[in-house]
Amino acid sequence: MKTMMKLFLAGVAFAGSFVPAHAEDKPTIEIMSSWTSGGEAAALNVIKTEFEKRGGVWKDSSIAGFGAADAAFQNRIVAGDAPGAKQGVIGLAAADFVSQGLFNPIDDVAAAGKWTDALPKSIHDLISYDGKVYLAPTGAHGESWVFYSKEAFSKAGIAQEPKSWDEFFTDLDKLKAAGIIPIAWGGQPWQQTKVFNMILLSQVGTDGFLKIYADKDNSDASVEGVKKTLEILGKLRGYVDAGAAGRNWNDATAMLITDKAGVQFMGDWAKGEFTAAGQEPGKDYGCMFAPESKGMVYIADALWFPKTGNAATDKAQKLLAEVVMDPNVQLEFALKKGSVPMRSDVDKSKLDACAQKGLEMMSTGAIVPDQAIVLTPQQVGALDDFVDEYWSGGSNDAGSAAENFFAIFE
Amino acid sequence: MSVKRKRNLSATIALLPTWFAAVVVFVGTMAWSIRLSFTNSTLFPSSTYVGLAQYSKLFASAKWLASLQNVLVFGVLYVAGCLVLGFLLAAALDRKIRFESAFRTIFLYPYAMSFVVTGLIWQWMLNPTLGIQASVRSLGWEGFVLDWVVNRDMAIYALVLAGVWQGAGLVMVIALAGIRGIEAEQWKAARIDGIPVWRIYVSIILPQLGPALAAAGMLLAMGVIKTYDIVVAMTNGGPGNATEVPAKFIMDNLFGRQNLGLATAGATVLVLGVIIAVAPFRYAMHMRNQAKGAA
Repeated sequence: MKTMMKLFLAGVAFAGSFVPAHAEDKPTIEIMSSWTSGGEAAALNVIKTEFEKRGGVWKDSSIAGFGAADAAFQNRIVAGDAPGAKQGVIGLAAADFVSQGLFNPIDDVAAAGKWTDALPKSIHDLISYDGKVYLAPTGAHGESWVFYSKEAFSKAGIAQEPKSWDEFFTDLDKLKAAGIIPIAWGGQPWQQTKVFNMILLSQVGTDGFLKIYADKDNSDASVEGVKKTLEILGKLRGYVDAGAAGRNWNDATAMLITDKAGVQFMGDWAKGEFTAAGQEPGKDYGCMFAPESKGMVYIADALWFPKTGNAATDKAQKLLAEVVMDPNVQLEFALKKGSVPMRSDVDKSKLDACAQKGLEMMSTGAIVPDQAIVLTPQQVGALDDFVDEYWSGGSNDAGSAAENFFAIFE
Repeated sequence: MSVKRKRNLSATIALLPTWFAAVVVFVGTMAWSIRLSFTNSTLFPSSTYVGLAQYSKLFASAKWLASLQNVLVFGVLYVAGCLVLGFLLAAALDRKIRFESAFRTIFLYPYAMSFVVTGLIWQWMLNPTLGIQASVRSLGWEGFVLDWVVNRDMAIYALVLAGVWQGAGLVMVIALAGIRGIEAEQWKAARIDGIPVWRIYVSIILPQLGPALAAAGMLLAMGVIKTYDIVVAMTNGGPGNATEVPAKFIMDNLFGRQNLGLATAGATVLVLGVIIAVAPFRYAMHMRNQAKGAA
């Protein structure tokens, strides 16, 4: 019996020493992301499949909700147990981590893949800090889209996409008269801020938009633009159903998919939900930019690579950066997620009608950055508070609210 | 004497880990948080002192002021509601009814649920397009309105409703145990005197339940300061600032807004608030004990 036990223990020890040695050969990475909705998960899976094909080992730790994932990530970093990669936006949110020396640069991958040629200059600038590339961009999102249900429009007798805000409001009235909820409103502060931004862009143009957010300009013209924006935003309140407060964006999209509502203001990731429900752009649903806007607000996602002190993870980070920037992965990812590829040299013909419109805006440079790219997280939060307070407060005093707007930048 | 000292020594050794935890983990982290609140820390702790700048920023923030007001309204109504409803339930169960243990289980059951679950259930029930309002309207009463969670003026009361639903069971159990501990002789004496039942509860039973109800109230009050999960699950602080609470404000700034300095300032104010609220109470207790000792 005793010898049997010894043999057993020896066997366990042997197996134990053997298995980890084997696993260490493979580049292993833990990915933290908040991509959990149908379309998002499918897009993440594109990266995963290619990564595994090239010999990587993938450990998923997805956390629903952008803020929740960020909080978990910060906890892990502070605890000294950083995950191998984190999905996050390109912009000031990553700057603190980089300046604290917590991220690994991926310069050699970028040089080998000639990223300077493949990416638009503005994006390449945003992923570099002090001349070194740190982030691997996954895709860009246009976020000043208005999606509409074709069936709801035809039921309400709307033949054409509205060209101006006046026409837009007339159409909303028609939808209401037809017994359809005019706007599938997403009731979380970040969603409301996106609506505010798309209206602002339609009122002040791309130059005015950059003046406000990048230069923090509070001249009379800017104040007037914000005031007009708030007036339009306030008018939208009358077209929203009672259950809108706190609603998730994908629940709002579902209202369009089931033709219960007419339009939704949202970023192009909503297309992922339509696709997951088997709907096609141009046939079941339509996409247009917010009325009167001659540009597009964009936000870009990337993978961040924290230092983990583990050689196998470092290897995996480089492999992952390579995979993410692979032209085919970029295209497949964009198709699943509803985004626009970051690389300018991918096969555009495969993209749907909406993404082509977005890509056109990008290539002509008629784009402005989302607030997360140009503002600090505190300022982004203050902007959310400002818009939410105006929206939910029911105040129609756009004038004095516009004055308060510029306090965000203090 | 020597035996006693020995025993004390071993007790002291046994308590060392607890002392360590109390001093290092509890007081130490608290001191560290307070220190951070005087710096300009954003995502990571910084050691640049800025004096009271974070505090003046904090009290200039409409969101923080709204959160203090909300937690006060919520706290008073929640604790009072739980105590009143819990006592009434206990008194009702005490009337030697049938299936008492079944009722006890039913009423205590909500307390076994997490606030997140409670919050979600009540959010669904009070959501005008999904819950009670929608189902009553579908029965034909078209004008029926119950939109508390999305109504700016009523959202805080929706939280109170859900909180009381959850917490009343706890008070009921504690109060029932207290009532059962009261001697049956008192009942008999009161009956002989012909005192009505409600009067017995109010004038004889209730005063004797004082310590039990105070303990229950203390438990509930501690929950109020920490109120976070029920708000996140039900309203996420909205609409606007209508249900924002300090704990949520602190969490938001700690993580989402990368604002360590402001968050720790908020946390410090919260701790100070608790100390200020509890101190007179403790002092009164201390004085009463001393008076007792003197007599």
